[in-house]
Amino acid sequence: MYQKFQPLSCKVFPMRWSFPPKFARYQLLVLVAGLIPLAWLVFDALTNHLTANPIQAVEQRTGRYALYLLIASLACTPLYNVSGWSVPLRWRRPLGLYAFMYATIHFLTFLGLDYGFDLGLIWTDVAKKRYILVGAAAFSILLLLALTSTKGWKRRLKKTWIRLHRGVYVAGGLVITHYVWSVKADIRPPLAWGAVIALLLLLRLPPVKRWFVGRRARRKIPRSQALRT
Amino acid sequence: MVRNNIPKIPSSEITPEHVYINRRQFMRGVGMTAGALALAACAAPGAKTVPPAAPSADASPTGGTATVAPTVVPSAGKSTDELGDPLTTYEAVTTYNNYYEFGTDKSEPAIRAKDFKTQPWNIQIGGLVNKPGTFGVEDLTRMFAPEERIYRLRCVEAWSMVIPWLGFPLSSLLKAVEPTSEAKYVRFTTLLDPQRMPGQRSPFYQWPYVEGLRIDEAMNDLAILATGLYGKPTLPQNGAPIRLVVPWKYGFKNIKSIVKIDLVADQPTSLWMAAAPNEYGFYANVNPAVDHPRWSQGSERRIGETGRRKTLPFNGYAEQVAGLYEGMDLATYY
Repeated sequence: MYQKFQPLSCKVFPMRWSFPPKFARYQLLVLVAGLIPLAWLVFDALTNHLTANPIQAVEQRTGRYALYLLIASLACTPLYNVSGWSVPLRWRRPLGLYAFMYATIHFLTFLGLDYGFDLGLIWTDVAKKRYILVGAAAFSILLLLALTSTKGWKRRLKKTWIRLHRGVYVAGGLVITHYVWSVKADIRPPLAWGAVIALLLLLRLPPVKRWFVGRRARRKIPRSQALRT
Repeated sequence: MVRNNIPKIPSSEITPEHVYINRRQFMRGVGMTAGALALAACAAPGAKTVPPAAPSADASPTGGTATVAPTVVPSAGKSTDELGDPLTTYEAVTTYNNYYEFGTDKSEPAIRAKDFKTQPWNIQIGGLVNKPGTFGVEDLTRMFAPEERIYRLRCVEAWSMVIPWLGFPLSSLLKAVEPTSEAKYVRFTTLLDPQRMPGQRSPFYQWPYVEGLRIDEAMNDLAILATGLYGKPTLPQNGAPIRLVVPWKYGFKNIKSIVKIDLVADQPTSLWMAAAPNEYGFYANVNPAVDHPRWSQGSERRIGETGRRKTLPFNGYAEQVAGLYEGMDLATYY
């Protein structure tokens, strides 16, 4: 009986002892992807490249970065379904939390820098405007998901957790609606991103997933067998 | 050595420091006054006179005198509008532009319109007029002396600026071409040239850009055709060489780079009315009580300031223009 080779301390500290730690490479990539937009924004702020209307520039850019990172997070499971590569599954939480970070900056810029936390002005000006309401709803969902993203909550909620976190697709839909309703006239960019989210949702459906898994299984027939047919 | 030969200059001859620091504005002022006096000498008799007082946003002629030399006071003397708010910086005015003919990003027109040729430029005036004609921009500035008007510009997107334009009243031009009694509206058209204006290749809008005014709005003294900005000829991104400025209406009514002005009997359909008729109307008067369907018009962000300020009815020009809309429901006629 051949014993499979076991790394020395795989049962104790698998992360610390295996070298080079493969997923650490990828987590670094995720960190970079998550923080580069912020670094770029800060750089532009310091070098006066935020246009003559810097508050709007910050609002629009952080909104877009939140959307892109949300889409990146939503793309991880479909990527796994299509390719069988399981590493993207570990990127879902960090990418989602970065998206939430940009959404928070977006929201606080709007409330604070733009409207100066003037609740009276906010009420008369925006509380009745549907694109604001939709944006606030999307933010609330993302806040809830961010707060329950820890392992502790996963343990506590068990099956409910997975159902709760499917709400990220609802948030995605609300974000796209918020984007469409806020542009002046050309709604093609937000609609295009909406189509991307719809496609990612499609790739998660069980029949689609089964087709891809089946395709992978068919490809893995050993060479000797394939030659016999 | 030769120091003894240098004549001593009395201290009274020393240029005062504040004049020295503002020397460029001083020279500009001198140049413009001299230029204006020269233009006045060429002015056709009966041309509209400019009040000699420092111009304010509602510069209306003090009297009906015919041939008084107009004075053009440079903006160095005035650094606020008539409500006391500071002028928006030249850099902001020339780098933050909605000029979709050169791209939809606000910073694109300054980059992509850099080499846009604005000379020679002819404007065709026609339609229901007795004296149609084609005029070059230089002809117009020769016939109608440009004067400085400091106006607020309020964009429908809820940001605003204070801009010292250089232009002449639209009413002067219209009076010269003599509209007939059937003429009810004035229609303006921008250049159509997708080669030189790459944004016009976008199929999303119906080019060329068209805008319109009711004839009594066009004859209001606030409406000007602007050829300059901050005492200099307008840059391409601000609508060179000639553009409309109607400060009591949203920014999209202020059509840029005009090539045609027609007097017509029917209300023209503007580009924005065609693009989204439930959102952008013909009148487009600045009105905090009438919201855009998707966002509020109750407040605005003044470029250069943080926080927001309340939007004023008719952008603060109610005294001069509210009478044009007496009895009109401004929520219906938006």
